[in-house]
Amino acid sequence: MQVTPYGVRGSVAAPGPATARYGGNTSCVRVTGPDGAVLALDAGTGIRLLGLDLPPGLRRVDVLLTHLHMDHIIGLGFFRPLFDPAMEVHIWGPASATLSLEARLRRYLAPPLFPVRLRDVPSRLELHHTGRECFTIGAFTIRTARVCHPGPTVGYRIETKQASLAYLPDHEPALGARRFPLDAEWTSGFELAQDVDLLLHDAQYTRKEYPAYVGWGHSTIHDALAFAGLAGVKHLVPFHHDPGRDDAALDAAMNAAIDDMSPKFTVTPAAEGHTFELG
Amino acid sequence: MGQQSVEMILIRQLAGYLFVPVILVDTTGTVIFYNEPAEQILGVRFEETGRIDPEEADRLIQLSDDPATATEETRRPLVTALQQRRPTHARRWLLRRGDRVRLQVELTAFPVIDQDDRLLGAVAMFWER
Repeated sequence: MQVTPYGVRGSVAAPGPATARYGGNTSCVRVTGPDGAVLALDAGTGIRLLGLDLPPGLRRVDVLLTHLHMDHIIGLGFFRPLFDPAMEVHIWGPASATLSLEARLRRYLAPPLFPVRLRDVPSRLELHHTGRECFTIGAFTIRTARVCHPGPTVGYRIETKQASLAYLPDHEPALGARRFPLDAEWTSGFELAQDVDLLLHDAQYTRKEYPAYVGWGHSTIHDALAFAGLAGVKHLVPFHHDPGRDDAALDAAMNAAIDDMSPKFTVTPAAEGHTFELG
Repeated sequence: MGQQSVEMILIRQLAGYLFVPVILVDTTGTVIFYNEPAEQILGVRFEETGRIDPEEADRLIQLSDDPATATEETRRPLVTALQQRRPTHARRWLLRRGDRVRLQVELTAFPVIDQDDRLLGAVAMFWER
C-alpha cells in the first residue's frame, strides 16, 4: 500500500513560499493498493493534482469523504476524472439524519456556488453512504465509524493483507474529557486506529491555542500523540495543519510536542508528496 | 470489550459536567456509566464498579410508585425507553438506595437513537423533589 498526501492543511488552503515545504492544499490523500486500486481520501484542494496524477489506463477511482465541510470537498469540482466519460467515480461519505449524501453534495456542486451540477458530470458517478459498516474496494477492506467532529463525520480504517492505515483528519476525541485519553472503550476513533501501521490524525492546534477552539472538532498535537499511544499505532502522521502555521512554526510546534511527550512510535508530520510505503 | 459509539461517548462527557444524577445504559439495560451525582444514589463509585448488569442495577436502585399517586406508568422508565424507543417521565417515583434512604424523585428516561435510526442505549436523569 502506498500513501501519499496531496493536501495536508486544515480549514482553508494556505499556499505560498512560507508553507511550501509541508504544502498549502487542504485535505486529500492518495492510497494505492497492491492491485493498483486508487482511493482519494477527502477532496480538498489537493485532489486537483491527484486527479492529474493517476496512472494511465485507470478506469475507476473511489473518493472517500470523511465529512462535508468545505475544506474537504472544495476540490471535487476540479477533479478531472469526474469530467471523463471513460471513468467510473465512486464517492463515499456520510449522509445526515435528513439528507442523502447526494443532496448534501448538491448544495456545493450546483449554481450559484458551482457552474456544473453534480447530476451533469459526464463520468459514471455512483454515490454511497458510509456509516458504521465495512466494505471492500479491490484489495482494500475498509471500515468506517462516526467520530467526534461537528456534523456527520466518519473516520476510515483501510487494510490490505499486508498493511493497515487509519485516516482521522478531523477529530476531537478529547472533547469534554477531564483527562485524556480515557480508556479505549470511551475514546472516539479507537477501534479504527487500533494497532495500525500508519495513522493520519488531526493535529491542528498547540496546547496553548486549543482553549479558544474547544468544540471546533480538532485536536492538539499533544492529543494526537496521546491518542496514537493509546491505540498502539506504529507510525503517526500529524495532519490537518493549521493554515496560520508556516513551515518554521510547524517544525517548532511539532518538535516541542514530541520532546514533551517522548512517543515510542515514529512521528512524521504530513507533507504533500511524501509517500509512505506500507507492507 | 468494544469501543462505545461516539454518541454514547459524548453523552458520557456531558453527564460528567451535570449537577443532576445521570445513568447511561446500553441496549441490554446494562449500566455502562453513571456520573458523580448518580454515585450518591447508587452508593458506589463508578470507578469501583465499572459496568453494572441489569439485575444488580435493580438491586442498587429500587424504584416504586408513590402510594399517593396513581400512575399509568407501571414499567420502569428505562425499560420503556429501550423497548418502545420513546421518552418517559415518571413523577413521584420513590427511589430507595442501597443504604435504605428513601428519596422522592422524578425520573426522565429517553432513548439514544443515532442518525441511522439505530438504538444505541438510553439515558436516565433523576430530579430530586
